[in-house]
Amino acid sequence: MALLQISEPGQSPLPHQKKYAIGIDLGTTNSLVSIVRSGMAKTLADEQGRHLLPSVVHYCKEGMRTVGYEAAAKTLSDPLNTLSSVKRLLGRGSGELKTLGNEMPYEFEVDGIGMAKIKTAVGLVSPVEASAEILRSLVSRAESNTGSSIDGAVITVPAYFDEAQRQATKDCATLAGVKVLRLLNEPTAAAIAYGLENSNEGIIVVFDLGGGTFDVSILKLSRGVFEVLATGGDSALGGDDFDHSIAEWLYGQTGLDRSLSPKEQRLLLETSKAAKEELTKSDRVDIDVLDWHGTLTIEIFNEMVQTLVDKTIRACRRALRDADIAKNEINNVVLVGGSTRMPIIKEKVEQFFGLEPMTRLDPDRVVAMGAALQADVLIGNKTGDDMLLLDVIPLSLGIETMGGLVEKIIHRNTTIPIAKAQEFTTFKDGQTAMSIHVVQGERELVDNCRSLAKFELRGIPPMVAGAAKICVTYQVDADGLLNVSARELTSNMESHIEVKPSYGLAEGEITQMLQDSLTSAREDMLSRALREQQVEADRMTEDLLAALNKDAEALLDKNEISCLHAAIEELNKLRKESTEHRLLARQIEAVGKLSENFAAKRMNASIKKALKGKSLDQIENNQ
Amino acid sequence: MWRELPRIDELPNGSQLQSDGKLKFSDNFFEIFAIPQAWVVDLNGLNIRYRALQQEFHPDKYSTKSQIDQRLAVQMTSLINQAFETLKCPLKRAQYLLELSNIDTDQETHITTDGNFLMQQIELREGLQDIFNHKEPWEMLERMRREIEDIYLNLQDSFQENYQKGSLGDALNITAKMQFFSKLLIEVENVEAELEDM
Repeated sequence: MALLQISEPGQSPLPHQKKYAIGIDLGTTNSLVSIVRSGMAKTLADEQGRHLLPSVVHYCKEGMRTVGYEAAAKTLSDPLNTLSSVKRLLGRGSGELKTLGNEMPYEFEVDGIGMAKIKTAVGLVSPVEASAEILRSLVSRAESNTGSSIDGAVITVPAYFDEAQRQATKDCATLAGVKVLRLLNEPTAAAIAYGLENSNEGIIVVFDLGGGTFDVSILKLSRGVFEVLATGGDSALGGDDFDHSIAEWLYGQTGLDRSLSPKEQRLLLETSKAAKEELTKSDRVDIDVLDWHGTLTIEIFNEMVQTLVDKTIRACRRALRDADIAKNEINNVVLVGGSTRMPIIKEKVEQFFGLEPMTRLDPDRVVAMGAALQADVLIGNKTGDDMLLLDVIPLSLGIETMGGLVEKIIHRNTTIPIAKAQEFTTFKDGQTAMSIHVVQGERELVDNCRSLAKFELRGIPPMVAGAAKICVTYQVDADGLLNVSARELTSNMESHIEVKPSYGLAEGEITQMLQDSLTSAREDMLSRALREQQVEADRMTEDLLAALNKDAEALLDKNEISCLHAAIEELNKLRKESTEHRLLARQIEAVGKLSENFAAKRMNASIKKALKGKSLDQIENNQ
Repeated sequence: MWRELPRIDELPNGSQLQSDGKLKFSDNFFEIFAIPQAWVVDLNGLNIRYRALQQEFHPDKYSTKSQIDQRLAVQMTSLINQAFETLKCPLKRAQYLLELSNIDTDQETHITTDGNFLMQQIELREGLQDIFNHKEPWEMLERMRREIEDIYLNLQDSFQENYQKGSLGDALNITAKMQFFSKLLIEVENVEAELEDM
């Protein structure tokens, strides 16, 4: 592969020239930056010795902006100009704001291209811009720490992030002037940190429960190769949900109703969060809130969060099935994310896998550390090293086909990079354009998947129907990002591609999509069957009406014609009203039988015409 | 409205790319893995070769190289991944072997004439749905899984037999049947998932 190894002049690193690459964990609640020194990954602290940087940005009227603890301190005094949890808004369109907007205390406005922006004292701020501030702050921390400029960064994303969210994360880095070496899945990063630490081999499970998301990944480690076998999770399950459980319990205990002021509600939630944290260290916690005194024991807490814990275990079971791995093949289980400090999580994970989970590395820092290790390899500081990462695509990619169905092009848990090509042809004579709708998700109907992009291919050379051959290639790169290209094969013409982002789903809906797809497979099959019959009914109606218009007068008597029209009418009625695919199929069959005689007569007429000396081409052209 | 033609698996611009002969974009999947073009593959050897290819061509190895090299690495790894996915799966491997013999495997018409086969399909599908009403659903599921796997393995054997003696038409019919059974096995997994969540 000589070709692949040729470097452009000046691009190949000089020997012994140290390059600085960092790992960044851009979290919903907190962010971290890490760097490798003498082979060890270390997270970097600020001047006060704090490693975590709260993912909060404050904008003040004078145009000044602050990030981190300083910004977080303004949350209560200046809530509308203090942005937190913006990660949840990354890659989201206006449609999704309706759901997210209710949970977030900001004023939103939608810009010209349909993306959400937040109104602040300095004007409209996009989630990408706010995240870029956080990245800048982390990079400058790294620069003052190394006394050098930073050459590149690996930024982590939840494994469940879809294409749009990944693209938005990359945009943040571009805006902050950071060169992205790779977008890395958070659980994979954690596996690297653990795997390289004590040269683990075998199957490793990463259980990552953060503030707002849950990921589980199953990896195979051997001789420096980290192969992700499957990933799964829930992008709307995290520590926050456990806080809400305690808050619900407090409502019940205190007898308080929902007419509490927002400030009191906030107080109740903060108290719940504090109680949850206390219960990671002791068996009971005394609670003193809004004139109520009481005790919450770990037993009561464990009972009230049981369904949440069960959800995570269910996701583990599915990931195991996707990976085709039995529990007894697993060598290590790793806990990542602050929420795994809860004893009930450790206990249930241990019970399910039959292995004591490893928690030796700080669950808050391990993701950033893994990212730094990968960054060090990618920047070329570890040449000759065997470390290699083979990650997967978390959600299936598909395209819309007739009747609003999804045809999967690339299945979830396929190793990336991957390319798939598909060939299409024109449906009508002289057609010069076609549209392709790319979606992401596991469900069978387009409406239930996330719409990623709509492409319009124009400039297809006009030909008869079925003659053009358009080859569409879907390429997913190592960052999990999708590229679509198209060519017309018979003329080898490049087609014009227009990409229209149509981000159509909220974060919670993505989780729902997967859960739905797994719990309602049967329902899907039924609606798919119905759609198929509906498409078939439409096709039959169209064909039969066209034939009737043309040949009915010549070949059929009045009674036969009205009989066929009645049957079509009945079919159309069922097509519109029935949700039972079998009924529709039966009527299609009935119409088919009724029209058999007509079809035979048409065939005979064609043959007669042909015998009169006309060519088949002419007959076809007449039709 | 657009109609889809049978799928082709080809990289864009593939024919225009050159390499030093060790690995080419025009190589078929067997050539990429340096194994004979045959039904029987050594899965262990396939794994080892896959790791070695990834070590050499993965985009991470080209992160400090030029944009062009990076793009080539992405395309080459995509091809390697697709080849691996195809060769390790019995159904995909069978279909691919026929495609290499210029046989279109995207036809679904070959199967419908075999009445016995269709009856067997219907019975197995109904049996799977009945599991939810069964007293011992897990035992029932395991029994059905074994039964389906056995048939699937037998089909693979007869594919090999027909493919080897050049009866490609018969081999094609068998891949169509294999497709049914591969889908049934996925169905078994779905039923298992539903049982676990109940």
